[in-house]
Amino acid sequence: MSSTENRTPLIRLAKRSEMSPRKIWAIRVCSIIVALILGCIPMMLTGNNPVEAYGVIIQGSVSRPVYLKQTIRIAIPLLGCALAIAPCFKMRFWNIGAEGQITMGAVAATYFALFWAGKVPHVMLLAIMFITGAIAGGLWALIPAFFKAKWNTNETLFTLMMNYIAIGIVAWLQGGPWEGRKGSQLIPMFSNEARLPQVFGVHCGWIIVLILVVLMHIYMTRTKQGYEIAVIGDSVNTARYAGMNVGWIMMRTMFISGAICGIVGFIVVSGANFTLYKGVANGVGFTSITVAWLSQLNSFAMIAISFILAILEKGATTLQTRMQVPASIADIITGILLFCMLSCEFFINYTVIFRHKKKEAKS
Amino acid sequence: MTTIITLITAAVTFGTVLMYGTLGEILTEKSGNLNLGVEGIMYMGGAFGLAGAFYYEKAAGAAASGPLAIAIAILSAFAAGMVASAIYSFITITLRANQNVTGLALSIFGTGIGQFVGEYMRVSEGGYVALSNGLKNAFSARIFPDFMVNIPIAGRILFSHTVFFYLAVVIAILMYVFLSKTRYGMYLTAVGESPATSDAAGINITKYKYLATTIGGGISAIGGMVYIMTTAGCVWNHEGLSGVGWLAVALVIFCMWRPLNAIWGSVLFGAMMIMYLRVSIPFIPTELYKILPYIVTVIVLVLTSMRNSRDKQPPASLGLNYFREER
Repeated sequence: MSSTENRTPLIRLAKRSEMSPRKIWAIRVCSIIVALILGCIPMMLTGNNPVEAYGVIIQGSVSRPVYLKQTIRIAIPLLGCALAIAPCFKMRFWNIGAEGQITMGAVAATYFALFWAGKVPHVMLLAIMFITGAIAGGLWALIPAFFKAKWNTNETLFTLMMNYIAIGIVAWLQGGPWEGRKGSQLIPMFSNEARLPQVFGVHCGWIIVLILVVLMHIYMTRTKQGYEIAVIGDSVNTARYAGMNVGWIMMRTMFISGAICGIVGFIVVSGANFTLYKGVANGVGFTSITVAWLSQLNSFAMIAISFILAILEKGATTLQTRMQVPASIADIITGILLFCMLSCEFFINYTVIFRHKKKEAKS
Repeated sequence: MTTIITLITAAVTFGTVLMYGTLGEILTEKSGNLNLGVEGIMYMGGAFGLAGAFYYEKAAGAAASGPLAIAIAILSAFAAGMVASAIYSFITITLRANQNVTGLALSIFGTGIGQFVGEYMRVSEGGYVALSNGLKNAFSARIFPDFMVNIPIAGRILFSHTVFFYLAVVIAILMYVFLSKTRYGMYLTAVGESPATSDAAGINITKYKYLATTIGGGISAIGGMVYIMTTAGCVWNHEGLSGVGWLAVALVIFCMWRPLNAIWGSVLFGAMMIMYLRVSIPFIPTELYKILPYIVTVIVLVLTSMRNSRDKQPPASLGLNYFREER
């Protein structure tokens, strides 16, 4: 045996050159299918038939118009929030504070819903709630962005801590200054003027987020600011060298991101809940990270992905009532989906080269 | 005086939970892996630790012994944490995926699994999962004899805790010795600082990263189990556990990646977590008081980032994947 043969490892990795987009998406779709198959494992371990369980999930989320409307209602904040997260993740700013930004947007909107209702016309009230919600969310996001830009403070943990702080503030409002009936620990329901109108049986938040999808797509692909974000994401040093003010771009992007989250917060309180409580964000901030990443930060793909995850979430509650499978199965499958999607990038970026024994023996 | 002593003992109880999470994450980050999945890992540790003890008691009946139940709970939590961080390791080390997103995925996945197991046990056991009082007491028993606990002041502060606290301290000291006094610990630090250099020096990068991450995950998971078995009273309680894993990640920065700092750091944070129950401050509503640890964390994050001394930096390659052919 020659010594060269021994030195070649059994499995070797190499960077792959460009792959055709069709092949890339084929790999991604395959990884989603693999994830759904892996999702069968916890169902089987608890003694349920996975095919039946998936059937129940589909049935419970889209089979009737009522269910479908509820599913869309879940999808709206997911989509909106994923749009908000996309530019941050694009520039590798790990904003996991969407939860808190939604909450603060909702707080601002609620303030006007509670204390300005009846004083200004309906449409104007909604407009005020929309704008203040956006500003509140944006400012809340600006705090960690400022410190990141100035001192490179760890943004992941900072944004996350801001979530708990925002939720704590709502908990205080709920039991304190904004409490409706004494001792109820509840903020009173909004009057009709502060509620979003319905279009096709679902509150018009869906129109707002669909407009945001188009706007965000244009922003990310057609504007100078979107390009700057992409450059920072690829290499901060390149961006600096090209003369970009990285700190300023970070703060601007985070403000936009937080503002969209704030709008989502407004949509949730004014369109779906008609009141504010500390669970207003309901984990949307985290699930939307999945949406953003699964769709590879592509705005239009997010529509489909957020709908799929909404089906999963809505279907899982049906699954819990019907087959006693805990609804957290939705989180497990979401996690597996993310794992598979992250793993499949490996097969897109690298090729695996096996050692060819015969060839080398000849040479 | 008694208030302060009660506060300290309560802080230690809660701090123990944080200490495991922090110590595990320190070991993980020393290898250059930023595992943000601690939240999920601790959920899994809590659920599987409870499951281990519960099914052991179910199988053994009245003959169930306390120490054995504790050992089983620790082992099953540790195993759950290892499996969870093995998934993370495979995806980030072998498949080289983004560490931040993988960690977040592990958080979502782990909290899902923890909830699933906790809920499933409740449903399948007819609505209530709890250990017998005998075993419950075994988990929260003091391990030092009474005369030591009865030493004025110092007795309560030093000797009145559960076995888990002392175990965590032992782990912290062992980890300190390992990292700064042994050759393998030095190698691990080198891997976290500069994988390319260590690779050139002939250190097996992949092995060190895998081992540090999985063992670290296992240690973190014990924290979740300790919370469920002591503070939560051996009942699945996900609400109390939520956020603890993230605080542990923040504590790692607070402790400057040093295991010995984790001991007092986590007790300090434990104190802040429970202070609203013990020390009332007039004019501050409870709900706002409860967010104190998070505000302090934010301040700590900002302060640590502001001062730039060279020996207080994270491992240089933290969060970056290593691929030999990429230069």
